[in-house]
Amino acid sequence: MIPAQFDYLAPTSLEEALAALAESDDAKVIAGGQSLLPVLRMRLNAPELVIDIGKIDALRGVRDDGDALVIGALTTHHELLNDPLVAEHALLLTKAAHELADPQIRHLGTFGGALVHADPAGDLGAPVLALGAEFVIAGSGGTRTVGADDFFVDLFETAVGEDEILTEVRVPKRSGWGAHYEKFVRVAHQWPIVAVAATVRLDGGSIAEARIGLTNMGSIPLRARGVEQALVGASPSEDGVAAAAERAAEGTSPPSDLNGSSEYRQHLAKVLTRRAVAAAARH
Amino acid sequence: MAKISLTVDGEKVSDEVEPRMLLVHYLREKLGRTGTVVGCDTSNCGACTVHLNGRSVKSCNVLAVQADGAEVTTIEGLAANGQLHAVQEAFRECHGLQCGFCTPGMIMQSVDLLNENPHPTEAEVRFGLEGNLCRCTGYHNIVKSVLYAAEHGSAHSEGAQA
Repeated sequence: MIPAQFDYLAPTSLEEALAALAESDDAKVIAGGQSLLPVLRMRLNAPELVIDIGKIDALRGVRDDGDALVIGALTTHHELLNDPLVAEHALLLTKAAHELADPQIRHLGTFGGALVHADPAGDLGAPVLALGAEFVIAGSGGTRTVGADDFFVDLFETAVGEDEILTEVRVPKRSGWGAHYEKFVRVAHQWPIVAVAATVRLDGGSIAEARIGLTNMGSIPLRARGVEQALVGASPSEDGVAAAAERAAEGTSPPSDLNGSSEYRQHLAKVLTRRAVAAAARH
Repeated sequence: MAKISLTVDGEKVSDEVEPRMLLVHYLREKLGRTGTVVGCDTSNCGACTVHLNGRSVKSCNVLAVQADGAEVTTIEGLAANGQLHAVQEAFRECHGLQCGFCTPGMIMQSVDLLNENPHPTEAEVRFGLEGNLCRCTGYHNIVKSVLYAAEHGSAHSEGAQA
């Protein structure tokens, strides 16, 4: 399958990219292209112009910024997976990147690209939500910052506007927190049927604080706040977290499809939450 | 049309291509390098795997224009001076194939895997090949081939192109 024809620009600065975006009525931004190209090939979208931001080196890499890590939008999943700063301060992202797609896709696919694509089954949404990340979005009028709770708007829709580009994501450091991404699939490198992102801080042998994100339990990634509250003070074993994990499906209305019914997904969310939290507490 | 210049298997090439042209089609149809095959055409199967600037990618999921300025290595550029690459040799030795269709991609991904992790466990080999599908073998001899290559010197360089 071949995409429909489009014009192509490969600017080397963010300013040029934003200007081109503002000028066009029908442009799509491509970063690594690992989500966009399948869409273009299946002709689910046929933009007039494709703006390739892959050559804007300023958008690449991870840096330490005091109490937060700043992850450039063009950082690849492979770079994220192997970054020592990420492993130290945002282990949940390392764990999720390990489960994301396959090695070839991780070499080209980007952190920012996957988040802006906002597939509800994407593996990075729940982790950034659980970590309380902030999104830096650039437009022709300057930059603005959006919190994780406001970033995901709907299916394949984020707070990034038509003429804007996500430039970096600020992730508050959670140094020393345990983390685990529990993903349920039938075959390797599949999109998750359901996945649970859990990161926990232990204190004196019990859970002091927990943050839980759910993948593919609705049109956007969700926080399991009921579970988070119930986990405070819990013993970090599978038995100890079981009662709290029972609250994982509260307030959710997950989709039904060939991979499972809505009820089945709600069942999975509870089981996977129990496993994810117990595993996170062991690390 | 867009102008691109890149290096493919050690050879510098320049062309005008439609921006929508996929790298795999560029390699096969413009350069005649049909050793890289189109399998599923949905970025699932990995049969079209090549190296882009030394890392494995699925060439059906990359635009030719994205490879502008890059170095591309295909299965055809792996052997150096008439000598099979150690991974190619290992697939022959262990019969890591049946119909052979997935083999170019399997070998290119295995080379990438061993570049990053020269002495993988069996589990690491299976995880490293998760983006490559084989419909014949059940993966048994493929995994065996990669472990054989690791043991018998996969550290051979990837020709002059890597």
